[in-house]
Amino acid sequence: MIVTYALIFAFACFGFGLLSTMWRMLVGPTQADRILALDTMVINFIALIVLYGISQGTALYFEASMLIAMVGFVSTVALCRFVLRGDIIE
Amino acid sequence: MDQDLSLLAELLVAFFLVVGGFFALVGSIGLIRLKDTLQRLHAPTKASTVGVGGALIGSMLYFLFFEDQLSFHELLITLFLFLTAPITANFIAKTYMQDKIRRKDLPESGRDYGWALYDHPPEMTEEEK
Repeated sequence: MIVTYALIFAFACFGFGLLSTMWRMLVGPTQADRILALDTMVINFIALIVLYGISQGTALYFEASMLIAMVGFVSTVALCRFVLRGDIIE
Repeated sequence: MDQDLSLLAELLVAFFLVVGGFFALVGSIGLIRLKDTLQRLHAPTKASTVGVGGALIGSMLYFLFFEDQLSFHELLITLFLFLTAPITANFIAKTYMQDKIRRKDLPESGRDYGWALYDHPPEMTEEEK
């Protein structure tokens, strides 16, 4: 029962985090801000998937969150390199 | 007795979830409210370390106590995030520097060579060739 309330609180917090990253991504003002917002969005999303796994009582979602963590890291680095050098693999 | 232990386990899981959620909240408020890009780079690190870490440890304890399965996936995800967070922060800071900071605003690098982002790479000497 206590876990249910804690889950609702954590869902609300990470959901608010997702909204704030979306706002920062739309507003900017620099490219670095937008890339940072996308990176944080991925991190909040990982936490949301893990929380959903708890609420469903299944451990199926860990592989998904692990994969999303890896894809998020690679895409952040690729975006940064594209902005820095105009090319991803030189 | 068993009821007490179950309550204790629930409290422990709830504690980690609430701590994780609180740090995520702090990080996202910082992402909205801070004034400068490099200041904003600092805020989401809370969400990415303690925030996600709290949620993952909470889920690990939950599955250990209530589903009777011990899994280490969560620790793997936490480890991966801890390893990659500095690299992404470095890349984002470099992106910002290239965008907004000029070479003349920076002090000398204090080494034989200049800044990696602005200056040419050092020439190879004859011996190294």
